[in-house]
Amino acid sequence: MAIWVNRDTRLVVQGITGGEGRFHALACRDYGTEVVAGVTPGKGGQDVEGVPVYDSVAEAREKTGCNASMIFVPPPFAADAIMEAAGAGVELVVCITEGIPVRDMLTVKRFLRDHPTRLIGPNCPGVISPGTAKIGIMPGHIHQQGRIGVVSRSGTLTYEAVWQLTNLGLGQSTCVGIGGDPLNGTNFIDCLTAFAADPETDGVILIGEIGGSAEEEAAAWVKANYDKPVVGFVAGRTAPPGRRMGHAGAIIAGGKGTAAEKRKAMEDAGIHVVDSPADIGSTMKSALGG
Amino acid sequence: MKIHEYQAKEILRGYGVRTPRGRVTEDAAEARSICEELGGRAVVKAQIHAGGRGKGGGVKLAGSPAEAEKLAGEILGMQLVTPQTGAEGQEVRKVLVEEAVDIASELYLSVTLDRAVGTPTIMASAAGGMDIEEVAAKDPAAIVRQAVDPHLGLQGFQARTVSRGLGLTGKTARQAEKLLASLVKAYLETDASLAEINPLLVTGEGDVLALDAKMNFDDNVLFRHESIRAMRDLGEEDPREVEASKFGLNYIKLDGEIGCMVNGAGLAMATMDIIKLYGSEPANFLDVGGSASQDAVKNAFQIIISDPSVKAVLINIFGGIARTDRIARGVVAALEELGDVTLPVVVRLEGTNVEEGRRILREADFDFIVAEQMADAAKKVVDAARGGA
Repeated sequence: MAIWVNRDTRLVVQGITGGEGRFHALACRDYGTEVVAGVTPGKGGQDVEGVPVYDSVAEAREKTGCNASMIFVPPPFAADAIMEAAGAGVELVVCITEGIPVRDMLTVKRFLRDHPTRLIGPNCPGVISPGTAKIGIMPGHIHQQGRIGVVSRSGTLTYEAVWQLTNLGLGQSTCVGIGGDPLNGTNFIDCLTAFAADPETDGVILIGEIGGSAEEEAAAWVKANYDKPVVGFVAGRTAPPGRRMGHAGAIIAGGKGTAAEKRKAMEDAGIHVVDSPADIGSTMKSALGG
Repeated sequence: MKIHEYQAKEILRGYGVRTPRGRVTEDAAEARSICEELGGRAVVKAQIHAGGRGKGGGVKLAGSPAEAEKLAGEILGMQLVTPQTGAEGQEVRKVLVEEAVDIASELYLSVTLDRAVGTPTIMASAAGGMDIEEVAAKDPAAIVRQAVDPHLGLQGFQARTVSRGLGLTGKTARQAEKLLASLVKAYLETDASLAEINPLLVTGEGDVLALDAKMNFDDNVLFRHESIRAMRDLGEEDPREVEASKFGLNYIKLDGEIGCMVNGAGLAMATMDIIKLYGSEPANFLDVGGSASQDAVKNAFQIIISDPSVKAVLINIFGGIARTDRIARGVVAALEELGDVTLPVVVRLEGTNVEEGRRILREADFDFIVAEQMADAAKKVVDAARGGA
């Protein structure tokens, strides 16, 4: 078992006719994801390597029964694409696009209040349930099916952690990139809640970074609700205040959001916090063994 | 994106916020004539992007036009050091000359995004002039907060809640409420990430005006705001960062000695952290992008080594979709093209096709130090920077 992405996933790719959309739609299909449709307004009737393209998500859903979407639409139009998918009733929306205006995300969040859709991202690598299916841009083959959940605000740092796990023989149940933006659809606690309910997840790797207070909130939740092993890492202890470290959300603002605060909250919650990003996998191994 | 105080005030005046009268200038003699226009007394304020200007001697009161000229002459061209600039300071190229107003009390007012709740939020405090973080740390109850629905805007009762929370009454309260409504409108319509008035001034007459103003903007939405984009002042930014942004690279200058080139922002931060853990300091943050193409690597490398404090370079790449053998070829080609690189370069490649990638590095003409894991890489680059390899 795994969370959110599984054998029942039927994927529509919004922005499938662009270079990235096409590449990753096919990579997801090669991995085993059932890619049933693509959407690009104005290009309905075409196909991408056998994947039919529709003008709207509503039409794609009606014709193919798609229940998950992956979005590669450029930033000025991405918020609209998210709302289109939610409006069509798509249950899971994974938005890869980086650079969506905060204002647009405020509108998206308001829209989603009235729709039961789960949004993952934006500005994220996506979700993978190794051995089953992936919705995202992560390299499938570095993963291995197993019993560790991974949740992270980062892309390549997540791959790093996954690769460490895989090389230690620790497979993953599901890996979720929640994205590096200040506002996102799914947060750490949503992921932890789902992992807690998943009998096939034995432990969770939680990778945070500077900015905001999502790690502190997650730590408080773990302390109150979660008793499986959690290994935590917070990137950016050497980051200067007031500077945006690549991700729009990775900034220490007004003295808040430092790595030290987040670390402390995690330690107080009984999370195994690692100082070195090279020790993430081995620390999980010993947490499970000990 | 950050802008200057005088620019923020210009925007806010457009929304009806009252500010002291005044003008910006780059010329001391003009400061004199502005002071004359203002009636012979003025405050001369250094315009740099960092805060804490008063503490560094960048804000001075002039009692006469001649003094305004003298003070402007001293401030213009100075390297202003404030708690936010770092030790080297920031060169002052403009001063704002404003009328001196009498101060009965100073308040704090800002609108920013509360990420935890996901809404724009007003913060107000009667302790104006202080850092809001200090107030928040010492006495959180002294801060009045109101969440604003971005689609509905500020409601009247919310404005009244804020003015009451600040202890204002009568004419002063009504003026503060009106100013708050203008501030919120400006924040929302310009896609600001921060709109701050600190201090917000109450005069002896009970009038309210913005003595200082600061606005930051969401970089992702500047494409919708041409007039704000035009306010960008490249002179306030590190030239290497400006150069990097031309190539779509994300580079931030830091104070250490190990140059870093990494694909992905999270891994880039983690790489900086592990360098520190092994006893040195990173010279920069640099994300070359997920694919780490040959061009990106070359441009990134040039920017890194243009920093004279760099003693060794660590390239840390996790090849996922982009295979490491291809990345290794890009790194080798970039270094060969650059030709005269004499600094030690540690390369750590991990991920897809990693054996082939490492073989390419070992067989290259350039003398790379090849590392196998992040810890190994950090240790090797710190050693190399200290002269042993």
